[in-house]
Amino acid sequence: MSETLLSIRDLVVHYGVIRALSGISLEVPRGKIVALIGANGAGKSTTLRAISGLLRPTSGAIEFQGRSIAGIPSHAIVAKGVAQAPEGRGIFLNLTVKENLDLGAYLRRDRSGIDADRERAYALFPILKERSAQVSGTLSGGEQQMLAVARALMSRPTLLLLDEPSLGLAPQFVDRIFQVIQEINEAGVSLLLVEQNANMALQVSHHAYVLETGAIVMQGSGAELLASPDVRKAYLGE
Amino acid sequence: MTGRAGLVLRSIAPFVAALPVLWLVQGVLPSYHSFVFINIAVNVILAVSLNVVNGFTGQFSIGHAAFMAVGAYTAALVTTGMETFQVMGLPPVASDAVVFFVALVAGMAMASLAGLLVGIPSLRLRGDYLAIVTLGFGEIIRVIIENTRVLGQATGISGLPAYTNVVWAGMGVVATVVMARRLLLSTQGRALLAIREDEVAAEAMGVDTVGWKVRAFVISAAFAGLAGALLVHKIQLVTPRMFTFVKSMEVVVMVVLGGMGSITGSIVAATLLTVALESLQAADQYRMVIFSMLLIVLMLTRPSGIFGTREIWDAMPRWTRRRPGGRAT
Repeated sequence: MSETLLSIRDLVVHYGVIRALSGISLEVPRGKIVALIGANGAGKSTTLRAISGLLRPTSGAIEFQGRSIAGIPSHAIVAKGVAQAPEGRGIFLNLTVKENLDLGAYLRRDRSGIDADRERAYALFPILKERSAQVSGTLSGGEQQMLAVARALMSRPTLLLLDEPSLGLAPQFVDRIFQVIQEINEAGVSLLLVEQNANMALQVSHHAYVLETGAIVMQGSGAELLASPDVRKAYLGE
Repeated sequence: MTGRAGLVLRSIAPFVAALPVLWLVQGVLPSYHSFVFINIAVNVILAVSLNVVNGFTGQFSIGHAAFMAVGAYTAALVTTGMETFQVMGLPPVASDAVVFFVALVAGMAMASLAGLLVGIPSLRLRGDYLAIVTLGFGEIIRVIIENTRVLGQATGISGLPAYTNVVWAGMGVVATVVMARRLLLSTQGRALLAIREDEVAAEAMGVDTVGWKVRAFVISAAFAGLAGALLVHKIQLVTPRMFTFVKSMEVVVMVVLGGMGSITGSIVAATLLTVALESLQAADQYRMVIFSMLLIVLMLTRPSGIFGTREIWDAMPRWTRRRPGGRAT
């Protein structure tokens, strides 16, 4: 077992009086892809929002590289190496593709490194290079999703949080996104992936957790869960 | 030109270039016209500085007149307090200039302090709260002034030295425009635009959104203070009635009319509105009616302002175009 990068213990999050997460624990080992699957309202996005500092947990511990990041401001968490492609993509629609990418590198000051990483992003998503001077509001949904992922990578994260990267995408884009997720991982970035597309998520992930109404009900390697009759029945429509 | 030296040069060059021009203008302009010029300059400073908050950062402040008041009163206290003060070894004119410069800086400092005071609690909130807080703050400042003896209560302070001339006002404009442009083209300027576009996403990029909203607000307040200080040293009088909600709205109108986020738009709109208000003096009681109708027509024909978020050169032929600072809508 490799070193633990992110560990969450007994995390409880409330929206007002509604309890969204009732004490979940999970781990992301360094260099791995971990998936969090579950139905709508199970608490997947809530978990990500708590990790990235957008939500303040009621109780529980969130540790990144052994240090607590619970309750510190979102921008400070980014500075520690946790990047996120926010829910709903969060593209700056009135800025160009290149400006969006450069904002992803907002915390970095190494100009040549930023240029190199921008080229790498273009290599990963050639369509973004073609559209680099275009205002990003003119991109299609799939292209915007790619931009969101590429932009999150611009901060050179240790851990990348992805919220529903395949949501609303055409099938060929879905394949491409999951292919890129694996490429990113092979380049040394650890990923925590929240997905409704359980089939794809389980295929690419090393480890996965199944979330149901705010609690983890099952976990195992991607292949194990793919083989599990319960998972197949509940999430793969069999 | 690149690098730090180029940056410094580009910041200083406008001042050096503007100074002789302003001297000349001052020499030839008749007194009524120079009064209008100063009025325009003050409104340009107000509009461009408010644009930093309302246009670049996408917040909605409607209390700009309050910061103007803080700057005006602070500067007035400095100049009246130092009227007989003579800087050692300097001729009276130069000595007055030193005093006025100190007064302007003091006005800006106090106004930015007020900005910090209002900004820190209110900018933690999102959306319309800032508008409500700044509106309330404007009234509070006015009421405080009306009840403070040293500030002359409702009658204000009269007999201020007439320090403001075309050169001072013009230099104030140059300073404001250089500040706004340098800010917009910097990395931090892009962070401000990101906050305007999507605050959550900006935070996800690692932008300290609250911190930068407060900074933008403080900078904006400082220049409002400068405008106030310049104005009262032309009309030689400062009263609380000059800084009501109506004045704040006037500046908001200039920013919206010019286009949110467009520096040149603010300059053009502030100039047009000031000239319009001045030339409508003759129409007396119909002045505000005509003024309002003018606004309605403009908003119907150009709903996102004269230039939108673009700059004036975006409307020029392609070969003269430069990179626009911030484009939107």
